[in-house]
Amino acid sequence: MEITNEYIQQRLTEKFGDQVTGFEEPYGMLTFEAPKELNLKVLQFLYDDEVLKFRFLTDLCAVHYPEQPGRELAVVYHLHNLENNVRVRFKVFAPIAAPDVFSATALFSAANWMERETYDFFGVNFVGHPNLKRILNVDEMDYFPLRKEYPLEDQTRIDKDDEMFGRG
Amino acid sequence: MARPVRFNIKGDVKLVTEGPEGYAGEGFFATTLDKLVGMGRKNSMWPLPFATSCCGIEFMATMASHYDFARFGSERVGFSPRQCDILMVMGTIAKKMGPVVKEVYLQMAEPRWVMAVGACASSGGIFDTYSVLQGIDQIIPVDVYVPGCPPRPEAIIDGFMKVQELVGKESLRRRNSDRYKELMNSYGIQ
Amino acid sequence: MQEQQHIKLPEGSIGKQTTTLNLGPTHPATHGVMQNILELDGERVVSTEQTIGYIHRAFEKLAERRPLFQITPITDRLNYCSSPINNMGWHITCEKLLGVKTPKRVDYLRVIIMELARIADHLICNSIVGVDSGAFTGFLYVMQYRELIYEIYEEVCGSRLTTNIGRIGGFERNFSNAAFEKIQKFLDEYPAVLKEFENLFTRNRIFMERTIGSGGISAERALNYGFTGPNLRAAGVDYDVRVHSPYSSYEDFEFDVPVGSTGDNYDRFLVRNAEMWQSLRIIEQAFRRVQEFKGAEADVYHADAPAYYLPDKKDVYTKMEALIYHFKIIMGETEIPKGEVYQSVEGANGELGYYLISDGGRTPFRLHFRRPCFIYYQAYPELIKGSMLADAVITMSSLNLIAGELDA
Repeated sequence: MEITNEYIQQRLTEKFGDQVTGFEEPYGMLTFEAPKELNLKVLQFLYDDEVLKFRFLTDLCAVHYPEQPGRELAVVYHLHNLENNVRVRFKVFAPIAAPDVFSATALFSAANWMERETYDFFGVNFVGHPNLKRILNVDEMDYFPLRKEYPLEDQTRIDKDDEMFGRG
Repeated sequence: MARPVRFNIKGDVKLVTEGPEGYAGEGFFATTLDKLVGMGRKNSMWPLPFATSCCGIEFMATMASHYDFARFGSERVGFSPRQCDILMVMGTIAKKMGPVVKEVYLQMAEPRWVMAVGACASSGGIFDTYSVLQGIDQIIPVDVYVPGCPPRPEAIIDGFMKVQELVGKESLRRRNSDRYKELMNSYGIQ
Repeated sequence: MQEQQHIKLPEGSIGKQTTTLNLGPTHPATHGVMQNILELDGERVVSTEQTIGYIHRAFEKLAERRPLFQITPITDRLNYCSSPINNMGWHITCEKLLGVKTPKRVDYLRVIIMELARIADHLICNSIVGVDSGAFTGFLYVMQYRELIYEIYEEVCGSRLTTNIGRIGGFERNFSNAAFEKIQKFLDEYPAVLKEFENLFTRNRIFMERTIGSGGISAERALNYGFTGPNLRAAGVDYDVRVHSPYSSYEDFEFDVPVGSTGDNYDRFLVRNAEMWQSLRIIEQAFRRVQEFKGAEADVYHADAPAYYLPDKKDVYTKMEALIYHFKIIMGETEIPKGEVYQSVEGANGELGYYLISDGGRTPFRLHFRRPCFIYYQAYPELIKGSMLADAVITMSSLNLIAGELDA
């Protein structure tokens, strides 16, 4: 049977009621969100269901929205059903004061390093992750660089003149 | 050491390789020690290719048969710092990698030279970010910088030839001189 | 010595000690900078711990500073052995966001360049597997043909390795006759070289004994780990983004997707070799189709999208609209739609994805690269558990880990 975006939306609302919201289809990919406590339940449902079969985690990343109080950090999962070639995007939002999200490592081994990278860049604390430490930056770093408030350049460098780059 | 152009020349071509100046006679050649040592050293430099990123692939192309790095005496590239003369740092050095570069440099035995290949090793390149070291000369003294992103193999060879010039003309007492000691102290190297 | 054999030792009195070996960030055979700390029991690997990030260059943060067309040079540096594929993937992502449709000729030219890049990357990977098992000749022999591929890139965009090839909507200039001649030369000469390379390795007893049976992974574990590309196809799953979600007119070409069975080093080697033959097939078809465009169509090398593709310089100096478009593009005043898009291409290592969120401003709000190397390197401990140290080295090189893509 044809798995269309409407069908996925219908199955999700049947199972989770009004907890899954924000259904959109930017450029053809169904995107929805759920409360952060339910992220594993939604992922498990999409994995186990015999028709939906979203068994491949394509990508896991985070986005920092500084303008949305209470929902600053979004963790975005891209899932792929390889047999029917359907993709879906699933987001959970967490406040920046308590960025705890359950870890998907038990379900997808691919999530292991992707979650470490997300922690390294944004500070999202994945509860239940076997080894949540920094992966790409130096271990001694004490801030989360990809958040919007931090600059790109190393502020302690002396050989480059910011004036010349138009950002003095 | 400029060699005259060999191709597109009509008539006879004499390939002139400049040897050191000295007094030649029947079966002997007398010159000063440092010229001889310089000539020996420069034509048999063993590089340590510290290849981190894209410039490393251009180095692989330089070592391959098309551009043939081996004709400059670097037939054997080594990865053991003790056995190598020149540290060629090719590619971006992140702040995480900085201590590793310094360790490798410290383990090399004198006389040692350093060549920074590529824009990233020379000054950070296009990556003016929080995690990239803006040039390896922040941590180790560099002899020759080769700009480019990545530099063409001919540019890497040109840089190498400049190092060869430096090696050939170096005084045998340089490594013990005060100025050299000052340079090492400014980097915190004993 | 005889006496020791008759002594019965109590349980656990002599423990087995494992050696810790640091296969450190600087290791030979130039694979790139990653560190593996191996626990060895004699020669066998008991466990391993990896550290990456030695070349972390903060691409994702850098991309938030640059307008869309300036991000192409940093996508080059992801998988730098096949940078045209990264560039094209980025342009296709931007075209999806901006709603630009490229003409067929542009698509076919892009296919030629991407398949050449795929061949270049597989050549490096396979010859380095040879070097790591002790056979240096294959590498030297095959680098000669990578030089020819570099010459083709030079004809089109001017640089060899980090190409920054193409623009949003097409290419910066039409392919010159010299480029077509070089592509034809490549098509004529390369099959014999690939055949010879295969003769050196494929049925070579020593190579087979080194690589068969080591570094294997089952299809279920590979899918769970998020493997894509030749590593997944060697494990038996025929997932290829070019077939599943065709981009750049790949659906017009006929090619097979080679699949292995056990996912070990030998299968990966064979899958990459077979993919090179398929890439050659695709390049021949694309080349023929490009030659079929005649007249005015043969001069088309970019989409008709004046809002995003810089107009010709002579038009900028003479026509008003062209001047305005030029100004708007360079100063960043063009309309970038708000939205989020995920586009993936089949890179040489697997599914290279770009997740782009735009808030209507000049620079992206967020750009995330789905890097295949980063994702499948997680499985390395599982791949080498119980194998010998030498096999661990060959497994690492047959996975084709490119440090730029690992760390980004």
